[in-house]
Amino acid sequence: MNALALKKGASSKSAYNLRDPHAERVERHIIAVLVDNESGVLARVIGLFSGRGFNIDSLTVAEVDHLGHLSRITVVTSGTPEVIEQIKAQLGRLVPVVDVHDLTVEAPHVERELALVKVRGTGADRVEAMRMGEVFRAHIVDTTLESFVFEITGAPDKIDTFIELMRPLGLVNVARTGVAAITRGPGKLERERGHG
Amino acid sequence: MTRQMTGAQIVVQALKDQGVDTVFGYPGGAVLPIYDEIFKQNDIRHILVRHEQGATHAAEGYARSTGKPGVVLVTSGPGATNAVTGMTDALLDSIPMIVLTGQVPTFMIGTDAFQEADTVGITRPCTKHNWLVKDTDELGETIHKAFHVATSGRPGPVLIDIPKDVQFATGTYFGTEPTRPWNYNPQVKGDSDAIMDAVELIERAERPILYTGGGVINSGPEASRLLRDLAASTGFPVTSTLMGLGAYPASGKAWLGMLGMHGTYEANMAMHDCDVMICVGARFDDRITGRIDAFSPRSRKVHIDIDPSSVNKVIHVDVPIIGDVANVLSDILEAWRARGARTRAAEIEDWWTQISGWRAMKCLAYKPSPTVIKPQYALERLEALTKDHDRYVCTEVGQHQMWAAQFLHFDEPNRWMTSGGLGTMGYGVPASVGVQIAHPEALVINVAGEASWLMTMQEMLTAVQYGAPVKQFIMNNERLGMVRQWQQLLHGERYSQSWSEALPDFVKLAEAFGAKGAQVSDPADLDDAIAQMLAHDGPFILDCLVEKHENCFPMIPSGKAHNEMLLGEASTDGAIDTSGAVLV
Ligand SMILES: Cc1ncc(C[n+]2csc(CCOP(=O)(O)OP(=O)(O)O)c2C)c(N)n1
Ligand SMILES: [Mg+2]
Repeated sequence: MNALALKKGASSKSAYNLRDPHAERVERHIIAVLVDNESGVLARVIGLFSGRGFNIDSLTVAEVDHLGHLSRITVVTSGTPEVIEQIKAQLGRLVPVVDVHDLTVEAPHVERELALVKVRGTGADRVEAMRMGEVFRAHIVDTTLESFVFEITGAPDKIDTFIELMRPLGLVNVARTGVAAITRGPGKLERERGHG
Repeated sequence: MTRQMTGAQIVVQALKDQGVDTVFGYPGGAVLPIYDEIFKQNDIRHILVRHEQGATHAAEGYARSTGKPGVVLVTSGPGATNAVTGMTDALLDSIPMIVLTGQVPTFMIGTDAFQEADTVGITRPCTKHNWLVKDTDELGETIHKAFHVATSGRPGPVLIDIPKDVQFATGTYFGTEPTRPWNYNPQVKGDSDAIMDAVELIERAERPILYTGGGVINSGPEASRLLRDLAASTGFPVTSTLMGLGAYPASGKAWLGMLGMHGTYEANMAMHDCDVMICVGARFDDRITGRIDAFSPRSRKVHIDIDPSSVNKVIHVDVPIIGDVANVLSDILEAWRARGARTRAAEIEDWWTQISGWRAMKCLAYKPSPTVIKPQYALERLEALTKDHDRYVCTEVGQHQMWAAQFLHFDEPNRWMTSGGLGTMGYGVPASVGVQIAHPEALVINVAGEASWLMTMQEMLTAVQYGAPVKQFIMNNERLGMVRQWQQLLHGERYSQSWSEALPDFVKLAEAFGAKGAQVSDPADLDDAIAQMLAHDGPFILDCLVEKHENCFPMIPSGKAHNEMLLGEASTDGAIDTSGAVLV
C-alpha cells in the first residue's frame, strides 16, 4: 500500500511548514494524462497547475482516439516527491481525466521532442550549420540562399545541445513541440485505453 | 422514454426526475424561459432570494441539513458572478450543489454581449466540474451527470451554463439513464490490506485517538452510527474538526471536544501525544495541524478519505485508506471483530487518566461578569434553553463562530452548518433560511457576529416572504472581533479598521424587514430575551450586546504546535513571534 514511499514529516505545501523548502529533492517527471476530449479540458489541467503552484516544464496535447473522444496530454513537471504525488492525485480527481500515468516511475519509456530551428548565415557558417545538422540527423525542411530551417527530433537535451551549437552560426529562432512520451515494449500501461 | 421538449422544459423535467423539491434562485434575462416553465408547475418550489450569493448559501444550508444536493438557478453575467463565493464555499466544505446559470445565446458568445461573462471560465477553479451546454439534446444528460458528479466521491458544487437559445430550442430528453458511460466512479471500498493494517494498529494502540471530520457527515447517517460503534467498542477518545461536529455526540463518553486552533486543550494534547491517530473523513487542514513539523510526532497515522488527493497532502500518513467512510468503517469493524475485537484496555485506561488531567485544566473556563454579557455566557444560556428543541444551528464567521463550536453541543449529524474551509462572513443568514425551508417545523438559529450578519442581511426578506421563522442570534461586540483579536495578539494592539463605528439599530431593522427584534445587554435579562426569541412565531433578531474585548481561547497561535496552546489572557504575552505573523 505504501507505494507512495514518502519520507516522514510534512510536505512543502502547508502554510505552517517552517522548514527550508530548498532542502528537499526536486525530481523531473513525465506524466501522461488521458482525458475525455471535452471543451475546456486543457484549461482545467493548466489551471490546476497554475492554481496550485505546480511547475509545467513542457506540455503537449492532441487527440489520440477520435471515436473514443480521448486526448493524451503529456506534462513534464518537476517537484519534490510529495509534490509529484499531489500532482498525480489532483489530476486524477478531475472529472474528465480517464487515467494518469507517471512514466518516469511506472515503466521504461521513450521520450521525444520535435523542434524547428531557423538558422541564417552564409559562407563558412552556413556550411558548418549544415554539417552539424547532419551529425544530429536534422532534416532541412526549408532553405533559401541565406537560411535553413532544420527539423530535429530527439530527447530534449539533444535538442538543447543542437540549439546551443547553432547559436554562434546564426540562430534566428526556434519552435519546439514539448515532450511526447510512450512506454517501451508491446504492452499498454495498466488500464490505459485508446490508441495509446 | 425519450421525449421532445424545449430546453427549458428539459431543465425542469430533469430536476423533477432527480427528486428536487426546492430551488433557490433569482431570475434575469438569460433564464426567463426556465422561469416560465417553473411558473407552469407546482412540483418544484422556487425560493426567491435577495442576492445570488444568498441562493448559494441557502442551498448549502439545505444540503448540509438534509444530505441532499442543493439547487441554485441564476441568470448570466452578474447572476453567475454573484454566485461565485457560495460555490467556492461549497467546494472547500465539500457540499453537493448544482448551479444552473443562464448564458447569452450561443451565437452571441464571445461578443461581449449584454450580461455575458465567461461563466465556465470564471467558475472552473471554484466548482468540482462545470459544463457549457450548446446543444439541447445534451442538456438532460448533462444535468443528470451533474447530479452524479456533485453527489458521488467527495461531494462538491457543479455548474451548468445554459445559453438562452438552448433553452428555447426543442430537443430530445433521454431520461435519467446515461446514453454513454460517464467515466466518473470514485472508489468507495477501502483496500483490504490497508484495512488490516488499520485493524492491527487499533489492536496495538495504547494512546489512540479518533480524529473525525466533515467526511463522516457527508458519508451519511450510517457513517455516524459506525463511528459511534467504533468509539464505544474500542473505548477510543474522539475529537472532531469544525465541519464534523455532531457525527459523534457531544454528550458521548468518548468526546474530547473540537480540536484545532480554537479546539480544547484535551483534544489538542491528545492529538499531540497519541500513538495511533485514526483520521476519519478529515484532511489535516492548517487550522487543525498547527505547526506541521511538530504535529503529533510520535503517532502512527491512519487516514480514511474518499479523495486520494487529501492523502499525504500536508501530513504523511502510515496507512492511507481511500474509500467512503461508512464503507471503510464497516469493513474495519468487521475485520477487527473477526479477530477477536482486541484492544489494549489497560493502557487505554491509563491514557484516559492522562486525558482527564488535561480536562481538569478547564480550558473553556472564562471570567464571568455580573454586568456585561460574556459571549461564552450568552452561548451557554442559548445552549441550555434550546438543547431540547429539534434544533439546527448556523453561524457566521469570527469569534462567535468559534465560541458557538465550543459551547453549543451537537448530538446528531447535519445539525451544524458553518463555513469552515472558506470562512465566509455572510454565510449564516442565507444558510439559516435554506435550513428552515428544508425543516419548516424545526428551530433554526443563526449565531452571528454583527459584522458578518450585515453582509447578507437582505435575506431576512426571503425569510419573511416564505414565513421561515429563523432566529438571528447576533453576538454584537461592535467589532470585527476575530480581526481585533489578531491585531491585539500579533500587531501590537493597532486596531486598524476593526471597529464598526456605525451600526444599525437591529431592532428597528427587524421591524423594517417585517420581522421582530429585541435587544439585550444585561446578563440578568438574557434568559428572558432568548425565551422571547424562541416564543415568537416568525423570524426574529436578538441583538445581544456582548463584551467588546473578549478574546477567544484556547488558541494555538499561528506557527505553533498543539502543545503550545494559549489558554487565556495571562499566557499571551510574547506568545506569537514574527515568524507566526506571516501565517494566516
Ligand atoms: C467575506 C469575508 N471578509 C473578511 C473576512 C475576514 N474576517 C474574519 S472574521 C472577521 C470579523 C468578523 O466580525 P463579526 O462578524 O462581528 O464576528 P466576531 O469576530 O466579532 O464575533 C473578518 C473581517 C472573512 N472571513 N470573510
Ligand atoms: Mg463582531
